[in-house]
Amino acid sequence: MLQTLDYQSVGLISGLEVHQQLLTREKLFCRCPAGLFTETHDGEVLRHMRPTLSELGEYDGTALMEFKTKKEIVYLLNQLNVCTYDMDDTPPFLVNQEAIDIAIELCLAMHMDIIDEVHIARKQYLDGSIPTGFQRTAIIGVNGWLPFKGRKLTVTHVSLEEDSCREVIDKGHRIVFRTDRLGTPLTETVTGAELRTPEEVRDAILLCSLTARSTGRVRTGLGAGRQDINVSVRGGCRVEIKGVPRAPYAVKLVHNEGIRQSNLLKLRDELHARGLRRPTDIQMRISDVSDIFADAPVEFVQRARANGSRVMAVRINGVKGLAEFPTQPSTMFTDELSGRIRVIACLDEPPIVMASAQIATLPAGRRIAEKISRRVQAGAQDDFFVVWGPEEDCRTAAEEIRIRFADATEGVPKETRQSLPGGFTTFERILPGPDRMYPDTDSPPTRITDDRVEQARQRLHTAPWERLERYSSWRVPVETTEYLIRRGGAEIVDAAVKETGVDGLTAAVEIGQVAKSLKRSGVPIERLGTEQWVDIFDLHTDGRLPRECIREVATFVGLEPGTTAKAACASLGIDLQNESEWKPQVSELLAHGYTTDTNDSPEKRMRFVVGKAVEQLKRKVPAREIAAFVKAELQGASK
Amino acid sequence: MTTTNIPLNERTDRFQGYRGSAKQVLEKFALGVWSEVEITNDQGSNFRGVILPRSETCDDLHIVVKLFNGYNVGLAADRITDAREIGYKRAVYKIPEKEFPFDPKKKKVTLLGTGGTIASRLDYRTGAVIPAFTPGELYGAVPELADIANLTTKKLFGVFSENMGPQQYIPLAKAIGEEIAAGVDGIVIGHGTDTMAHTGAILSFMVQNSPVPIVLVGSQRSSDRPSSDAAINLMNAVRTAAECDIAEVMLCMFGPTSDKYDLLHRGTRCRKMHSSYRSTFRTIGATPLAMVHHQQNEKGQYFDYLTDDYLKRDKSRVPTIIPTFEEKVTIQYYYPNFNPDIIEALSDRGYRGMVIAGTGLGHVNKPLYPAIKRAIENGMTVVMTVQTLWGFAQMYVYDTGRDLLELGIIPMDNMLPETAYMKLAWVLGQTDDPKKIRELMLKPVNHEITPREPHNGYLILQGNLPEVEAFTRKHWK
Repeated sequence: MLQTLDYQSVGLISGLEVHQQLLTREKLFCRCPAGLFTETHDGEVLRHMRPTLSELGEYDGTALMEFKTKKEIVYLLNQLNVCTYDMDDTPPFLVNQEAIDIAIELCLAMHMDIIDEVHIARKQYLDGSIPTGFQRTAIIGVNGWLPFKGRKLTVTHVSLEEDSCREVIDKGHRIVFRTDRLGTPLTETVTGAELRTPEEVRDAILLCSLTARSTGRVRTGLGAGRQDINVSVRGGCRVEIKGVPRAPYAVKLVHNEGIRQSNLLKLRDELHARGLRRPTDIQMRISDVSDIFADAPVEFVQRARANGSRVMAVRINGVKGLAEFPTQPSTMFTDELSGRIRVIACLDEPPIVMASAQIATLPAGRRIAEKISRRVQAGAQDDFFVVWGPEEDCRTAAEEIRIRFADATEGVPKETRQSLPGGFTTFERILPGPDRMYPDTDSPPTRITDDRVEQARQRLHTAPWERLERYSSWRVPVETTEYLIRRGGAEIVDAAVKETGVDGLTAAVEIGQVAKSLKRSGVPIERLGTEQWVDIFDLHTDGRLPRECIREVATFVGLEPGTTAKAACASLGIDLQNESEWKPQVSELLAHGYTTDTNDSPEKRMRFVVGKAVEQLKRKVPAREIAAFVKAELQGASK
Repeated sequence: MTTTNIPLNERTDRFQGYRGSAKQVLEKFALGVWSEVEITNDQGSNFRGVILPRSETCDDLHIVVKLFNGYNVGLAADRITDAREIGYKRAVYKIPEKEFPFDPKKKKVTLLGTGGTIASRLDYRTGAVIPAFTPGELYGAVPELADIANLTTKKLFGVFSENMGPQQYIPLAKAIGEEIAAGVDGIVIGHGTDTMAHTGAILSFMVQNSPVPIVLVGSQRSSDRPSSDAAINLMNAVRTAAECDIAEVMLCMFGPTSDKYDLLHRGTRCRKMHSSYRSTFRTIGATPLAMVHHQQNEKGQYFDYLTDDYLKRDKSRVPTIIPTFEEKVTIQYYYPNFNPDIIEALSDRGYRGMVIAGTGLGHVNKPLYPAIKRAIENGMTVVMTVQTLWGFAQMYVYDTGRDLLELGIIPMDNMLPETAYMKLAWVLGQTDDPKKIRELMLKPVNHEITPREPHNGYLILQGNLPEVEAFTRKHWK
C-alpha cells in the first residue's frame, strides 16, 4: 500500500538533471565511432584512482570518500569502439564540433543564452566510471525555460559532456567496467528546483525528453536518455537520485524519497530528545567478536570466517532500537548503514550489517547478543551493530556507522542515491560539490560566434509545445503528436501538409499511427522520408489515391526503395474508375445485394452494402465516395 | 586556501592575462582576477563566480569566470551590462605540506627535483601544467612514501624536460656525487619524460661505479589527474633507490599501461617510444633490468630481476664523477636527399662531433662523402649509429659502409643514437686526441655497446599477438 504524503505540507521540491546522448558520428574527444556498443572485449586495463586538488586548492569530499574504498578498477576494451584516448593514454583531440552544434540547437530549443566561449572542465569521478578519473564537461547554455503547466520551468544550464563506462560488476575491492559507451557525447539539462509533486517530476522529464527529441539529433533507445532527480523536503537536504531510466519510475522514487527525508527528520528529533544533538555526541567503540561467533550456526558469518575474515561489533551510544527506525516505505535505518558500508568499506556479504535486534533472531542469537553486549560494554540505552569481513574493512565500516549516525543528528545527509527497481534507492556516494571541478588544461576554449548560433537557430525544428497546440487543433491525439515528435515524423507531416494541402489530421494519423503499426509488423517504413511521403500525399490530394490505400502504397515504397507512389499504385492495381463505371455496380448491390432480413434498420443495411461495395471496388474507388453515394441513394429511396 | 581582502589598486595581479576590451570591462566595473562577482549580460543572464586569470595565448574579448557550481565559462566582454564584486578569493594551489616522518630502521633516499610532470600544478597564465610542487610537497600528496624510506628532497632546477641540457647535467652529476659522499642509500631524480632517457645516458657516463641506485622517474599523466601514474612511479622509484640491488643509473616507469608494475631500464639503453602512453619507455636491444611492484608479489618481493648482468649495490665503492660536456656536437638523422650543405655548415661552425643516424646497417649516400671527408679533416669526430634503433651498425657488409669507414667514420655498433650523442659530447669534453676519442667511444662504460644481442633483445610489443604474449609471459614474469 502506498504510504501517503502531503507534498505541500512537507515542502517537497525537486529539480532534474536530464542526460541525453547526442546523435554524432564520433565520440566527444576522439575519433572512435559513437553508439557502437559491444558485449565482448579484447583487452583489459587495471587502474587505481587518487584524489587531486581542485583549482582552488581544496580536496572534494566525494573524492576523498572514493579514495577510501581503495578499489581495483578494471576496464574491458574492444578495438571497435575504444582507442588510447578512452583508456587515458592519449590526450584529447579537439572537441567534436558536431556535438557542440547539436548542444547549441538543444539550448536554443529551450530559450537559452549560449555561452560566448566554451571552456572544458574536468569533473572528478573517482569511482572509476571514467578512466581519466574525471569527466570532461562544458556549459553550453544558461538561463532558459520550458513552458510547463501554464508556468515557466527554469532551465538553469545545459552542459555537454562525455558519457561514462558501463559497470559490469562491483564486488569487494574490484569493479569492472565496459568502455564502449565511454566518451559518447551527452547533454545534461539542469532545471530549477521548481517541481512540487512526483507527477510534476515525471511530466517535466517527459517534456525535457520531448524537447531533446524534437531536434531530431539525439540518440534513442535504452540508456540513451537517463535522468538524475534532486529531491528535498523542508528542513531536509538535496538528495540526488541517480540514473532513473524512465520517466514513470520517477513518481514512486520521488514519493519514497519524500517519505525517507520526513522520517529522517523525525529520527533527528528523536536523537535530539535523547540528548544526541550534535554529530560529536555520537560515540563509537569497536571490538573483535570473532570468537563469540566461533560456534554460531550462522552461515554467512561462518563463510566469512573461513576466509580469514573477522567479525566485529560496533557500539553506538544512546541509539537503542533506532536501527529499526523507518526510512523509505518498508526499509529502516539499518539499510542506510548497509548501503554506506557496502560502498565505502567494500563489505558486500549480505546482510552486510546486523543490529542487535536482528542478532537476537539468529539461532542461539539471544545468547550471542548478550555476549556481544558485554564485550562492547553496551549500556541500556546503547545499541550495537555487527559487521564481518577483512579487519581493515570492518574498521572502515565501524567508522561509517558512526558517521551515518552523526549525520542523522543533523537530519538528512547530502548524498547521491542509486535508484533500484520498485522505486527504492540506496546510497551511492556523498553528494559532490564544486571542489571536484577544475579546468581541462588539455583543451583550448571554443569561441561560439553569433553566426554559428544563428545557423543553429535556422536548423531548429518547431518547438514541441507549438506543435502540440497546432496538431490538437487538427484533432490529432496527443499521443500521436508526441510519437511524431519523438520519431522525427512531425517534420514530414508538416512538409506534407504544406506541399500537398492534405489535411493535417490525415497526414498525422497516416504517418503517426498507420506507419507505426507497419513498423511493428516489420515493414521498413523508416525508409520513407519527406520526399516519399509528399509524393504519396500528392497523389492522394489529387484524388488518385484513396485514403485506405495509403498504407499499401507506403508499404510498397518501403519494401521497394526508389519506387514512386505512382508506380507503386500501378503495381498494386490502384486505378480509380469513373463514376459512370462504378455507380451502376453499387446500385446493383443496393437493389439485389441485400437479401437477408428486410426489417433491418437502414443504418445496418447501409453498412452492409458499403462493406460489400468497398470490398468489390477496392483500389478502384475511394471508400468515402462509395459511402456517400450509398447514403444518398438510401436516403433518396426512403423519401 | 587563503582569502584576503586586498583593495583593488593593491592587487598586483589584478589583470593577469587580460588585455584590450576584456581588461577595459574589468576596469569599468572595478573588478580583477580572483574577484567574486555577479555579472549580468545583455540577455539578462546572471553569472556568479570567481574571475580567473586569462591565458595569454587567448583573445582579449572574453572574461573567464569559474562559476560557483564549478564550471568555467568565457563571457564576451562586450555583452556584459552590469557587474559587481561581491568578494575576493585568491586561490593558492597547494598540497598540504607535511614534515616527512623519520624512521631509523628505513633507508635514506634523496629525491633531486629537476621539474617535469612528476611534480606539477596548474598554471593560470597559460592554462597549462607547470612544474611547481616543491619535492617536499610530494609527501603531502603521496604519504605512502613514508612506509618505504626516509626521504629528503632537494630542488635543483625547475625546468621542463626539453630544457634540460649541460647546464643541468653537470650540476646534477655533482649533486649526485655529494649525496653519495653523504652516505645515502639511493638517489631518485624527478624528471620530465621527454628527455629522461637522454639524462639517463649522460648520467651513466658522468657518474660511474655508483655504490647505490640512481633512479630517474617521472609520469606520463600529470599528478593533477586522479589516474596519474606519478604516485606509483614515485613509490617504485623510492623503493628502488632504497632497496634495489642494481647500483646503476636507471629509469623507473610503467611496464604495461595498467597499474601493475614498473620496469627498470638501463640509462644507456632506453628510449621514449610513445608520445603519451604510460608505458612509453622501452629498453632497446636488451631486456629491461627488473620489474618493480608497489605491492609485494606472490613471493613477497618487490623486485623481479630479469638479468644478473648488472653492477651490484656496494656502499663501500667510491664513484667516479666525470662531469664534462662539449656543446659543439650534433646528431643528424639521415634521409634520402639529405643535403651536404648541412654538414658543410656544421664544419664551418666549428662543430667537433657528429652522430649520424644512418639507414640500415649505417649508411648515407655518396653525395655526402666530400662533406664528411672535409669535416673529419677539420677535426670533427663522426660516428655512425642506426636509425632502425635495434641492431648493429655493420659497415663491412656493403661497399657504402666500407667507403664511409675509409673516410674515418667510427661505427658505434648497437649504441642508440641519443646515447651516442651524449657519449660523444662527454668524451669530447675530456680530450681532442683522435686516438683517445676513438678508444673512449668504443669502450663501453655501461652496456651502451653490448658485445652480443640476446635472442629476446628485439622486443617490440605488438598488442595482443599471441606469440608476443606468450613470449613476455615466459621472459618477464
